[in-house]
Amino acid sequence: MKKTYKVEVDCANCAAKMEAAVKATEGVKDASLSFMTLKLKVEFEDGADVDTVMKKALANCKKVEDDCEIFL
Amino acid sequence: MNQKQKKVLYRIIISFTLLILLTILCSVFEPPSVLQGLLYLIPYLVIGYDILRKALKGIRNHQVFDENFLMAVATVGAFLLGEYAEGSAVMLFYQIGELFQSVAVGKSRQNIADLMDIRPDYANLLTDGQIEKVDPDDVEIGSVIVVNPGEKIPIDGRIIAGKTSLDTSALTGESVPRDAAEGSDVISGCINLTGAIQLETTKEFGESTVSKILDLVENSSMKKARMENFITRFARYYTPAVCYAALALAILPPLFLTLSGQTGEMGLLQVWSDWITRALTFLVISCPCALVISVPLSFFGGIGCASSKGILVKGSNYLEALANTKYVVFDKTGTLTKGVFEVTQIHPADGITDQELLYFAAYAESASSHPIGLSLRKAYGEMIEISRIKDIEELAGHGVKACVDGRTVLAGNEKLLRLEGIACESRPEAGTLVYVAVDGTYAGCIVISDIVKPSAQAAIASLKNSGVKRTVMLTGDSQNAALQAAREIGVDDVKSELLPADKVQEVEKLLKQKSDKEMLAFVGDGINDAPVLSRADVGIAMGALGSDAAIEAADIVLMDDDPAKIALAMKISIKTMRIVKENIVFALAVKAVCLILSAFGFAGMWLAIFADVGVMVLAVLNATRTLRIR
Repeated sequence: MKKTYKVEVDCANCAAKMEAAVKATEGVKDASLSFMTLKLKVEFEDGADVDTVMKKALANCKKVEDDCEIFL
Repeated sequence: MNQKQKKVLYRIIISFTLLILLTILCSVFEPPSVLQGLLYLIPYLVIGYDILRKALKGIRNHQVFDENFLMAVATVGAFLLGEYAEGSAVMLFYQIGELFQSVAVGKSRQNIADLMDIRPDYANLLTDGQIEKVDPDDVEIGSVIVVNPGEKIPIDGRIIAGKTSLDTSALTGESVPRDAAEGSDVISGCINLTGAIQLETTKEFGESTVSKILDLVENSSMKKARMENFITRFARYYTPAVCYAALALAILPPLFLTLSGQTGEMGLLQVWSDWITRALTFLVISCPCALVISVPLSFFGGIGCASSKGILVKGSNYLEALANTKYVVFDKTGTLTKGVFEVTQIHPADGITDQELLYFAAYAESASSHPIGLSLRKAYGEMIEISRIKDIEELAGHGVKACVDGRTVLAGNEKLLRLEGIACESRPEAGTLVYVAVDGTYAGCIVISDIVKPSAQAAIASLKNSGVKRTVMLTGDSQNAALQAAREIGVDDVKSELLPADKVQEVEKLLKQKSDKEMLAFVGDGINDAPVLSRADVGIAMGALGSDAAIEAADIVLMDDDPAKIALAMKISIKTMRIVKENIVFALAVKAVCLILSAFGFAGMWLAIFADVGVMVLAVLNATRTLRIR
């Protein structure tokens, strides 16, 4: 399953770090963040609970870049 | 500017004013160093508190090598060394640079969004004679909507009342308005120019052309180019490497000087503080942001520019591949040629005019619904009076025999005339030849062929100029017709009489011949060439307005069917890549020079700030040039 989220982040390098953090989250198969459109596209593993996974992903993002937001 | 940016701007103004006042104050009264330090701490904290906080959080989360950390270390270091004014000023200028960058990026994001501003805001739903403004998402299939002059068509549909002309430029880049009347299918995203129309919707908003296009373009930056991934990977190794280098610079040379007793006239403390300052300058210079931001921005600008001209690129990777394209394979019919048959040459026999010949042929073929008959009637251009024709006899495989105004007319292939014992010259032209005889005498020959699109030849020439090595045309047509079209258009190679499956094989053969770095593009009209489109490195579908299959299968979609757009797409991709490379080389070169200068102690904090934010701003400005490619 794929979902797209709006994100807020200030710098391009931070966006790249966020993308890596989301990718590393358990339950996420693949993720792509575009700094230009400020959109995050997440592909979930089969059977993953989207809400829990995304909460975890956001927590992981906050770790690498404090000043970011994913609008769940 | 948004709220966040405004807040930073106020902080910059306050801090800047304080800093100037303090500098004057300190030079007049010369207070003791500790007091100066405390005073300078005020503008420093006003401008830099968030950076310090982020740096601390970064350390706690084991993310020590980000730019906040670099700035914090550099400025705190400056304070410790007693360079209060410099420490505050560096932070101030860093924030100014960041603000500038944020505004510049926001602006280009807005510019690109404006280029693609085709999203309709509402639909005028007509129910029981009442018009109601609703969200296009809420309109069901089969509803009736009203589109007034000046409004965007929100949903694909069919006109049931009214006639108008439509501006399709947002979709195709084509500025000539298109006429539409009752019964015409119209697509969303066009602007209604002249008259109010009523539409019966044939699709939901989500399935309408405009949604599909928006979806495609918005997702395009998700597919990243090799160059973008390279930069991201590069930044991951580069930042730590620079940090260790800075650490080495701060410790090793002064340690060596101390141990070997070469501190000279300068004191030990002076030597250490000098090298630590150099190391801090080094850190500020090293920030990779100029690279990390300008590359995706350039690609995004290139994609935005292309889409404003009716060229939809599905990802930065395809833009990159198109720039490296050396082989372009074309489908013939519908791509380079119009795919419609028209009378292209008329060769009347002596004593007969062109129009007379067309008249006989058109009348003889008047009952035929075959494309040949249609094109003859079109070329004749006058109304056919049925009463003047009698005794039409279709001679299968040969042509027709009819009585027109009391004269016996034969129209068909060469065999037909031979069969009837009429002498005629065999003509060499490719295409379909219609020989005409009147009352047993040869009257002339009409050549009907698929005509080459007017811009095809120029497009091929332009591709050649852009560095394409070889152009190949594939077609299912006969060799004769294919060769003639190829000569006219100027393609290098032509493969004729191919079945759809053969086209895949031909493309695969070419794919094997070329090197990995050279890309192969296939251009088709999206009808039954989906397998080839997906097999090629870059699949380009043209004339895709409303064709879902083509939008699905292709990597680059041309909204109209003008071959000139292929050349334009190529030009945009090459320029975009050039700007990307310029930015990479420029940023790396400036950084490298500044890093070396700072290591040898020739660069102060001011140069460092330029190397960081100055380079970034210049790179961003250069990246926005992609928006203006013509």
